[in-house]
Amino acid sequence: MATLNSNIPSGPLAEKWEHHKFYTKLINPANKRKYKIIVVGAGLAGASASATLAELGYEVHNFVFHDSPRRAHSVAAQGGINAAKNYQNDGDSVHRLFYDTIKGGDFRAREANVHRLAEVSVNIIDQCAAQGVPFAREYGGVLDNLSFGGAQVSRTFYARGQTGQQLLLGAYSALNRNIANGGVKSYTHAEMLDLVVVDGHAKGIIVRNLQTGEITRHNGDAVVLATGGYGNVYNLSTYARGANVTAGWRAYKRGACFGNPCYTQIHPTCIPVSGDYQSKLTLMSESLRNDGRVWVPKRKEDCGKKPADIAEGDRDYYLERMYSAFGNLAPRDIASRAAKTVCDEGRGVGETGLGVYLDFSAAIQRLGESKVRERYGNLFAMYQEITNENAYQTPMRIYPAVHYTMGGLWVDYNLMSNVPGLFVLGEANFSDHGANRLGASALMQGLSDGYFVLPATISGYLAGQNPGKRPTTDTGSFKEAEENVQTLTKRMLGNKGKRTPNSFHKELGKLMWEHCGMARNEASLQKGIKAIGALREEYWNNVSVLGESNDWNQSLERAGRIADFIELGELMCRDALMREESCGGHFREEYQYTPDDPETKQGLVNPGDVKRRDDQFAFVAGWEYAGAADKAPILNKEPLVYEEVKMSTRSYK
Amino acid sequence: MKVTLKVWRQKNRNSSGSFKTYESPELNGNMSFLEMLDVVNEQLATRGEEPIAFDHDCREGICGTCSLVIDGKPHGPHKGIATCQTYMRSFKDGDEIVVEPFRAKAFPLIKDLVCDRKSFDRIQHAGGFITVRTGAAPDANSIPVPKPDADLAMDAAQCIGCGACVAACKNASAMLFVAAKISHLGLMPQGQPERYKRAKAMVDQMDEEGFGACTVTGSCEAVCPKEISLDFIARMNRDYGVALLRGDPKTIKGGGAG
Repeated sequence: MATLNSNIPSGPLAEKWEHHKFYTKLINPANKRKYKIIVVGAGLAGASASATLAELGYEVHNFVFHDSPRRAHSVAAQGGINAAKNYQNDGDSVHRLFYDTIKGGDFRAREANVHRLAEVSVNIIDQCAAQGVPFAREYGGVLDNLSFGGAQVSRTFYARGQTGQQLLLGAYSALNRNIANGGVKSYTHAEMLDLVVVDGHAKGIIVRNLQTGEITRHNGDAVVLATGGYGNVYNLSTYARGANVTAGWRAYKRGACFGNPCYTQIHPTCIPVSGDYQSKLTLMSESLRNDGRVWVPKRKEDCGKKPADIAEGDRDYYLERMYSAFGNLAPRDIASRAAKTVCDEGRGVGETGLGVYLDFSAAIQRLGESKVRERYGNLFAMYQEITNENAYQTPMRIYPAVHYTMGGLWVDYNLMSNVPGLFVLGEANFSDHGANRLGASALMQGLSDGYFVLPATISGYLAGQNPGKRPTTDTGSFKEAEENVQTLTKRMLGNKGKRTPNSFHKELGKLMWEHCGMARNEASLQKGIKAIGALREEYWNNVSVLGESNDWNQSLERAGRIADFIELGELMCRDALMREESCGGHFREEYQYTPDDPETKQGLVNPGDVKRRDDQFAFVAGWEYAGAADKAPILNKEPLVYEEVKMSTRSYK
Repeated sequence: MKVTLKVWRQKNRNSSGSFKTYESPELNGNMSFLEMLDVVNEQLATRGEEPIAFDHDCREGICGTCSLVIDGKPHGPHKGIATCQTYMRSFKDGDEIVVEPFRAKAFPLIKDLVCDRKSFDRIQHAGGFITVRTGAAPDANSIPVPKPDADLAMDAAQCIGCGACVAACKNASAMLFVAAKISHLGLMPQGQPERYKRAKAMVDQMDEEGFGACTVTGSCEAVCPKEISLDFIARMNRDYGVALLRGDPKTIKGGGAG
């Protein structure tokens, strides 16, 4: 059994981080350059960490599978980034951001981490502004803000609908500066395929050069994974096609525990699926819910009508009806499930019946089309390109889609996994969003981890490692890990099967959406586990991977990633089955509020809202690999102890 | 609908390539161009033929990974739209579509339709940043930025680094890309201390990489998926000129800044 010690510092919540930084051991400047740190990934977390660690004087080696560090999928985040600046004088504070985030996560995040995130949020905005990130401004030259779901204050900073892009380019510019001055060595088209563990510590990685197929060994005093989320396990998602779980999964197979894998975010405002050929779902920013009103017809019979022909009185603005305090700005998990509910009732719109309207006519009347165009023009244009419809004239059709994963490799307060020396940042770890992430907080977490948290905590580990004494790459563990990768590659290319890797990915995606999607139950999850186990076996008997190993080979790349997704999918179902409660994005049909519950009668929740079971499930599930894909993984638990906040019923009414 | 594809196939940069013709299966107008290639590739793979290599990632027009010259035009038929957001309804049943990689000396080919655009990164290494250590930043609102400047900087900053400007240019010039970066940072008050040094360093690196000179034909602007304006090139030339006048004048190599 692994030991999951959260290492939360003692002392009052608001002082923990300051205290911890003071008591964490430092490395003297002359010794820092003797430590080599491997960072995998260059999204917001990876690029910011690489740049900052290099500035501190460490030798940093950064690896990305893309052709450039600027391609990471952080680039696609549209909406914004939260910070408790209170520039709007609307009552915001570090404590309010902390509380909104912990409540938004349905009391399944680690309290101390979330408070630190809120504290650091203000520094992130300063840092990014100083780098030249062109945030939206007011006429006086100061920063502008938006409001986002799950909050009643305006604390979201943004750069048109391209905030992720601009923040990523900021972090990338910091990375570039450190590549230029020799602080960071950058490896591109370099995919991590195994973690090297020496005497229980993470001391290196095995990498495949995607252009030449060459497999190389890299050693380090610590390994940092900032490799993003695993939503592509569903095949269809808002993730980039290349986004994958392989780095994290291979680390899991080397002993790192996987935290809360079943916590998935289904984003309410995406363009609905249109056909079987589809490779990708496109998000329409949550910021649209600031001015768009969500509705479906009150009567099933009206669903086939044109929206303009449905009278105002025949429309059900269901979010405003069900959650009057937050209305269209209800958190994502709630808005998504509400959309599913009305569609399940047969009131969905569009060809497939899996869609709801997001209507801007009231906003256009109130603000004028030009103002709406100024705010959301690029999103409306994108919508038109994809659907061939003009959203200024007719409401958008939207439906929930997989967008983010709150689960990830388990880490302690220092962002170190249970494998000493292995650190995990950003979406790749599990720590800050609990069972549901609020809008505009993924960017915040990625940059918080990379710019401010890891650079302060990693010295605590390195201080225990002799400078300049990291294991060389000719030791047994490196050899064994490289052989493992070579064997896997040979096995895939040598398999004389009949099916393409993509066909397996599609099938896996359908199984996951059906059994481990927006609504889950015991029987269905058990079915899912069986079906995915069978798919895994078929994969290794029947997959066909074309091309060669020493060449640019996209089929081979994908085949490895899909094999990992299949195994992960099974683990997600197991986690969802184990968690016999509903919380945030994890909705178990067996556990929901009924009209007879006291909370419903008091008006705190609606019937059908998620029902937590704090007495039994207030813990982080850390799954440990049992040595083989067909052996049941071992469940470790980290109890969630709330020192300051009371776990209460999450109400947005 | 069905289309005929003439696709550039080339094993690697050391071998020679040629066009191969493929008939698509039945398509749907709501498919994206890349989804059409996915479908064709699945068909090839099922037949045991190696799929067409092409670059793509986000498929929502922002990461800059996708490329392709479609019927002679980088990123295909629509203005302001990347290949990944081009939909098959833009084509007609029975069309023959020619698909090629981005071609430029500074973008060496990797395989089929994939080329190597690391030269863009190296230009950024030369000066595409504001020097500020993590933790050294003042309060964000202590640096007011006039809204028009911030908006114009954002117009430049939204460049996705795809390289279509280079692929469209008869000289394979990277001026629009470099101008976008230099203008973004040069328009912000934060970017002033290094403004001229940055312009000089990035232009020099651009020449070093083997990109051609600019003759202001405007083909770059015409194909840019983010519609970055040619005006930024004028802005860059001005900064580059000031940098030269201010000193540290090294020999100007290659085409210089236009």
